[in-house]
Parts: sequence; structure tokens; C-alpha cells
Amino acid sequence: MTEDVIKTDVVIIGGGPIGLFAVFELGLVDIKAHVIDILDRPGGQCAELYPEKPIYDVPGLTVVTGQELTDRLMEQIKPFNPTFHFNQRVESLERRDGSFLLTTDMGAKFECKVVVIAAGGGSFTPKRPPLPGIEAYEGKSVFYSVRKMENFRDRDVLIVGGGDSALDWSLNLEPIAKSLTLVHRRSEFRAAPASVQKMFDLVESGNISFKLGQVTELHGENGQLTSVTVKAPDGSTFEQPVEVMLPFFGLTMKLGPVADWGLNLDENLIPVDTEKFETSEKGIFAIGDINTYPGKLKLILSGFHESALMAQQAHKYVYPDKKLVFQYTTSSTSLQKKLGVK
Amino acid sequence: MSPAAGSLDWKALQPANVMARITFIQKDGTERVVEAEPGMTVMEAAVKNSIPGIAAECGGACACATCHVYVEEAWRETTGQPEQMEEDMLDFAFDVRPASRLSCQIKVTEALDGLVVRIPEKQF
Ligand SMILES: Cc1cc2nc3c(=O)[nH]c(=O)nc-3n(C[C@H](O)[C@H](O)[C@H](O)COP(=O)(O)OP(=O)(O)OC[C@H]3O[C@@H](n4cnc5c(N)ncnc54)[C@H](O)[C@@H]3O)c2cc1C
Ligand code: FES
Repeated sequence: MTEDVIKTDVVIIGGGPIGLFAVFELGLVDIKAHVIDILDRPGGQCAELYPEKPIYDVPGLTVVTGQELTDRLMEQIKPFNPTFHFNQRVESLERRDGSFLLTTDMGAKFECKVVVIAAGGGSFTPKRPPLPGIEAYEGKSVFYSVRKMENFRDRDVLIVGGGDSALDWSLNLEPIAKSLTLVHRRSEFRAAPASVQKMFDLVESGNISFKLGQVTELHGENGQLTSVTVKAPDGSTFEQPVEVMLPFFGLTMKLGPVADWGLNLDENLIPVDTEKFETSEKGIFAIGDINTYPGKLKLILSGFHESALMAQQAHKYVYPDKKLVFQYTTSSTSLQKKLGVK
Repeated sequence: MSPAAGSLDWKALQPANVMARITFIQKDGTERVVEAEPGMTVMEAAVKNSIPGIAAECGGACACATCHVYVEEAWRETTGQPEQMEEDMLDFAFDVRPASRLSCQIKVTEALDGLVVRIPEKQF
């Protein structure tokens, strides 16, 4: 953990499409931003939930996929050189005299004049299989991510799932685990073909044990798993001895720590005004899917508009003595200089 | 523009949209029959009628697997097999069985009038 505090004008919480476009609008008014997201890459819902599906209502783009839109936004904000902090969740927001202090679950600290909450539907969190009693094992012998590989050394490891996370961790943990068993409901995988091939090679050589089925029950004591019941595709069941289990069933959005920051909430959304998209607290803005106001539509285009108006007010806090003159990117040489096109 | 005098309004002559009746059976056995318009999905019919147990978090984009149902045996052929994308997404559902489908991927047609689906004990 580091005690170094990163000082910056603005921290954007959430790197979804709206957080990304906020970088652009802030950049146009000379404000530099740091962006924090729990995901390992930008794009929020667009990249995580529907990277390959088409969006038809982003103005000017007849059709664009979730990933393409993310890539285009990343390209568009490049001139403003934002700093990204991925794989980190903002846990706390403290008010200081004239500034805010944000702390992430990795211990990183940020001091800023303006906070932009672009947290969408909340932070992406691993899905918990609805297995009876699973809570008691979580953090002790059931994990949803690998933070320290060492925790898996010389253990009987069970990985459940058929996507990239399940496959990647099977391959990464196989060399250090005592035994590695992969359980998946079918013999097809959604993962990268190369990893699937590698996994089957390791099954062939006897280093990974692959079993078809679905986990239906957990057995153990005091949070320590000893075995699980697996239901095979033909309906029969068997017991699989195991010390640690890693279920990978994708991610879902949970509001998370945003709820504990002392902001007004309305059914898990943050009410804002429609002039500046500022919360009940000066200097804290909420844009995109996380906010609510009369007539709110959870659309990407609405969030883009909100970003632009937010940036106008943010400018007043970051540069209290400067006056903003309204300009077009088409004709303003100063804006074009910032964009690196002049 | 009004149709030329004497011309027939073909639309008006066609029978009013035939509705398909769909039965949702909960884990505890309670049943509800709803009417669905051909063209909508079984998930939409459930959500529109507030059928419990169909969360449909992603709104039908085949991106969440929280609209999981079991199609009653007699209807499995008519509803068809899941496509690749749906099969992949079913990996994220709980207690997947041969009769499992994501209800947002079943389009209602007149042929599905009488369809029976069961709601799983748990969605993720
Ligand atoms: C299947 C599907 C199809 C859609 N189709 C369309 C469409 O056609 N047109 C349209 O306009 N919209 C569509 N949407 C909605 C659109 O994706 C959302 O409106 C948009 O993603 C909102 O962007 P956002 O940046 O506000 O939030 P999000 O995309 O939700 O991103 C928020 C980010 O914040 C992160 N985060 C939250 N809290 C924290 C924290 N404490 N610390 C760190 N990170 C945090 C999250 O991990 C997430 O990455 C669709 C959505 C889905 C699911
Ligand atoms: S509603 Fe999300 S997959 Fe069907």
C-alpha cells in the first residue's frame, strides 16, 4: 500500500462510455482527469456486457458495436491523455477543506477538486452461484477472483465455468496447484480457442482433470470446503473432493460503495439537477446511468449531453478566476490546438 | 392520404392480431396464463405481465442469462434449439437442463399458442 496521494483536478469514477466522454468534455475546458474502474479495461457495460452487439442510436453512427464505440471514444479522448487506473474500486469519498479524497480498495489515494461519478449501474461484481450456504465459504475457500496466486499453491483447486476467466486461471494455476479440476456444463467453451486447446492438451497429459457437469451442493465446515456435489449431464451426481473453488459465472452490476458516500439516493440512483448534473453536494457530479432527474433516459446519448454540461460547471471550480467562452470545435483554433489537429 | 374511392383496405379485412397464450409455472406450482402478441419475446410477455422470477437485467440482449426458463417437453420442438450465442450465455445460468432456454430468445408466434414454460428455482 502506498501513502502517496495523487493530486489532480478531477477524478472520474467509472470508465464506461460516459466516463470516457467526460474526459473529452473536461479536456476541452483544460481540465485533466484520472479515471478509475474496477474492470480491467475501458467501456463499462458496452465492453463487458455487449461488445459485439450493435447500437443504433448513437448520433451520427448508423450502427456501432459496444466495443467499437469504446475504441472510438478512446481514440477521441487520446489528445487529453487521461490516466487510467483499472482493476480498482473506489471505496471511500472524504470531504476535505475545498477538496475531496478518494481511496481505492488497492489503497491508492486521490485528492481532487471535483468528483465525477460515472458509475453506471454500479461496479461490476462477480456473479455468486445461488448455492445454499456459499456465503460461509467466501473469502476462505470460495473465491471469485485470484488476487494472490500463492493462496492456491499445493491445494486441490476446482474451477467452474467455460469462459476466458475459467480457462485462463485453469492454465495459470495448474502448475502450482496440487490438483486442478475444471467443471463445465458442456464440452464447448466461450474462451479463446488457443486456451481451450492448451487446456485439452493438459487434460491429455493428465495435469488437468476436466469434468462435465454443474455444481449443485457444497460440503465442508467452518468455511473450509472439503467436497462439492456435481450433477453430470445425464442427471447422475458425483462428489468431487476440493479445497478451494473458483466459480466464474460472469459479472453483474451492484451499486457498491457509492451507496455509502453520504449522497442523496433515490432507488439506488443519484438525483442531480439538469443544468449542471451536480449532486446535492457542490463539486460532486453524477452523469450517465447512475443519475436520475425528471425525464431521465438511460441512453448513451443522454450521458454525453450530461458530460458537456457538467464540464462547464467543473471549470468554475477548477478555474474560479477564468471565464469560459463558448466555442465550436469546428472553428476555434484554441480548441483545435488542444485536440492536436492544428 | 386517404385511399382511392372504391379501393379495399386489406389490412382491415385481416383478422385482428391473434394472441398466443403462454403459461408460466413457478417453482411452487402456481401458474399464470398471459396473452402475448406474436412478434414479442416470451421474456417480454413475462415482464409486461410482472411474472416473478424473470429478471431480464439486460432487457433481452442475450447478455445476462437472468431470463432463464425450462420449456415444457411437449413444446421443445416448436420452440427450437438455442443458437450459439444463447448456448454460450446459458453457461451463466444456474441449473441448466436440456429444456433450458433464455426466454428473451424465444419469439412468440401463433404456433406457440398454448406454450408452457417453467421458471427455475433461482436465477443468478
Ligand atoms: C445489452 C445492452 C444493450 C444496450 N443498448 C443500448 C443502446 O442501443 N443505446 C443506448 O444508448 N444505450 C444502450 N444500453 C445502455 C448503455 O450501455 C448505458 O446507458 C451506458 O453503458 C451507460 O454508461 P455509463 O458510463 O454511465 O455506465 P457503465 O457503462 O455502466 O459504466 C460504469 C462503470 O463504472 C464502474 N464503477 C462503478 N462503481 C465503481 C467504483 N466504485 N469504483 C470503480 N469503478 C466503478 C463500473 O465497473 C463500470 O465499468 C444498453 C445496455 C445493455 C446492457
Ligand atoms: S434478458 Fe438478458 S439474456 Fe435474456
